[in-house]
Amino acid sequence: MTKEKKKILQAIPFMLPSFIGMIIFSFLPIIMATALSMTDWSGLEKFTIHTIPDHFVGFQNYIQLLTREEFWSTLLHVLYYIVLYIPLGFLLSMVIALVLNTEKRFTGVMRVLFYIPVLTSWVAASLIWKWVLSSQYGVINSVIGVFGMKGPDWLTNKYWAMPGIVLASVWKDMGYYGLYIFGGLRGIDPTYYEAAKVDGAGKMWTLFSVTMPLLSPTLFYCLIMSLINAFQLFPQVQIMTEGGPNGATQVMVERIYTYAFSYFKMGYAAAYSWLLFVIILLLTLIQLKLQKVWVHYES
Amino acid sequence: MKRKTISLLTQVAIVATLLSGCGSANPDAAQTEASTEKVTETEASKEAEPAAETTQETAEPITITYANFNASGGNEATLNSMYQAFHEQNPDITVEIETIAMDDYFTTLQTRIAGGTAPDCFEMNIENFAAYASKGILAELSEVDTSSLNQTALSAFSYGGKQYALPENFSTVILVYNKDLFDQAGIDYPTSSWTREDVDKAAEAIRALGDNIFGIYQPVTYNEFYKVAAQYGGSLISEDGSKFTINSPENIAALQSMVDRVQKTNVQPTAEQMGGMGDWDLFESGRLGMIPTGTWCFNTFTEACDFAWDICVEPGQTQKATHFFANALVVNNDASDAAKVAAQKWISFLSSSDEAAKIRLDAGWDLPALSDMNALSSYLEITPPDNRKAVFESLDSLVLPPIITDYSQMSDIISNAVSKAASGESSPEEALNEAQKLCEEQITLQ
Repeated sequence: MTKEKKKILQAIPFMLPSFIGMIIFSFLPIIMATALSMTDWSGLEKFTIHTIPDHFVGFQNYIQLLTREEFWSTLLHVLYYIVLYIPLGFLLSMVIALVLNTEKRFTGVMRVLFYIPVLTSWVAASLIWKWVLSSQYGVINSVIGVFGMKGPDWLTNKYWAMPGIVLASVWKDMGYYGLYIFGGLRGIDPTYYEAAKVDGAGKMWTLFSVTMPLLSPTLFYCLIMSLINAFQLFPQVQIMTEGGPNGATQVMVERIYTYAFSYFKMGYAAAYSWLLFVIILLLTLIQLKLQKVWVHYES
Repeated sequence: MKRKTISLLTQVAIVATLLSGCGSANPDAAQTEASTEKVTETEASKEAEPAAETTQETAEPITITYANFNASGGNEATLNSMYQAFHEQNPDITVEIETIAMDDYFTTLQTRIAGGTAPDCFEMNIENFAAYASKGILAELSEVDTSSLNQTALSAFSYGGKQYALPENFSTVILVYNKDLFDQAGIDYPTSSWTREDVDKAAEAIRALGDNIFGIYQPVTYNEFYKVAAQYGGSLISEDGSKFTINSPENIAALQSMVDRVQKTNVQPTAEQMGGMGDWDLFESGRLGMIPTGTWCFNTFTEACDFAWDICVEPGQTQKATHFFANALVVNNDASDAAKVAAQKWISFLSSSDEAAKIRLDAGWDLPALSDMNALSSYLEITPPDNRKAVFESLDSLVLPPIITDYSQMSDIISNAVSKAASGESSPEEALNEAQKLCEEQITLQ
């Protein structure tokens, strides 16, 4: 007992620096954001000890947010993005992982190639994708044109703008998740495959009965991470469509940024980000519950 | 046991991500932030300070800070030579100049004001002016001589009857046209007596030249809309500033005429026809007859256009109305009294002294907001455009955007509405009714 205590006491000085960092850069901002979300502070006036009591408005920001159409429409836009992004992203990441795992001649080069988009800056990537998706001069529509069809007006049509952004996002992220899944595949003990082979399992059977269950913890992690990132969708939208056409790709983080730094409604923006946090938290908790159904941890 | 560990690790990772919160989860964001450059002129001041201290008449030497965005991207040296000229006249005032790229300028400024570390004086644009003035951030300028400044520009930067800023430079919007396309269509060049209907006729004649040739490009945006509305005699806010008049009959007619060019006559390309191309690119490619755009296009068009082009005052409808953009210089209300006095001297020098104006013009930076046109004569000598004097003629019919605290929010709401009308998603009347409703719901006018 005393030995344990002594150990903890010894550890504290080593843990302190990171704790201080956490307090200053995470806990304090969270507390501040909570307090600010109940004020009508503009973010322009000097912040003093009186700021919060002077500007206190209670739950007004939350009520306004939930009763105005804007919040719900931005939420809907993000959900539209997620519904397209997650399946497509996972499918392609999975394909990449399986390709990388084959250990053919060029897999080393491929690994690098697939990962390059991940390292690219979103600004550069978005600008390039803006051209790739141009309805008149873009690569994608030119290819579609070869087959005698007319490609959609990506980015300028209100229904096609979000799928356009999804394409760019999938392209950029699939290398990242692909590499994760690849790591997961590598972690699977080869004896399972040998056993499956001995039992006479085919390729498909092996994939669904051996690979998938053993890969499920990795997939679960990727799913949660990509969902959280998807809710924080922002830079690509800001550059590719600026929320257009006619607000069809307006997303939550863009609104938070705009309210805070362009409309000078810091309190409203803080309330907005709290609602975003609650949504992400709820979805994550649901997923943690659901994992019992499909995630298989090796024991 | 292993199962538990993995599960625990996953949960910790998730919570950590959640806590890192709504900020950018993207390390690339840091790269996009343009660099902040700091030009400090302490060397020169060190030599001057002892001299100033010995003379009884001059004030205590003082160092003030000045932040700006306009010099970033090429004019840092120009601003610095203005400072040298100022410092020669006022050896006891040292100015630390900080030039911040436009993309970061206002977020940086906002953070510093909230943190109480804002510069003593800084640059402001018309969009943000009212918000800053209404929050008591700007000091009233009581010790400046404004007589030599352009009075329209000056009036744009007064709030509640008080002068809070000095206009530093200005630009206007004129109608730029492709002479070659007018020749091909066999029609006369635009003149200052034209109305929007004459523009429409010319645009149709040019549109007829080819499938890929368009008559005019006047984007259906907030900025163009409030100006065209004024050309029809409309406005966004009632004269006493008490209520929105976004869906007035004049404004609806104005928006209808803008939308018709896209939807009905198609003399102006739709977003699909533009296919992501920029409007200047379209003009430079020689496929666009007319474009109302800012005086800042001159250098680019001179370089990029291999055809003849010229400008004229933008045609109006029931009256002329032309855009006017200006940046202004302000003093921080939180600065010490001595710093306020020194800062006013400095911004006054920048905005209205002959020396600064000369340096500004010689460097081809932009136009100083002076009322005396003779000081600007060197600007008129540069061609193209031949009709450069139209820049000054357009000053006779300026329209200013409404100066309200929630300017950005109002302009976003209206932008959204007019672009819905442009794409045909809703009629001009429906779009403006919606904008009126949203503005009334979300913005309180003082």
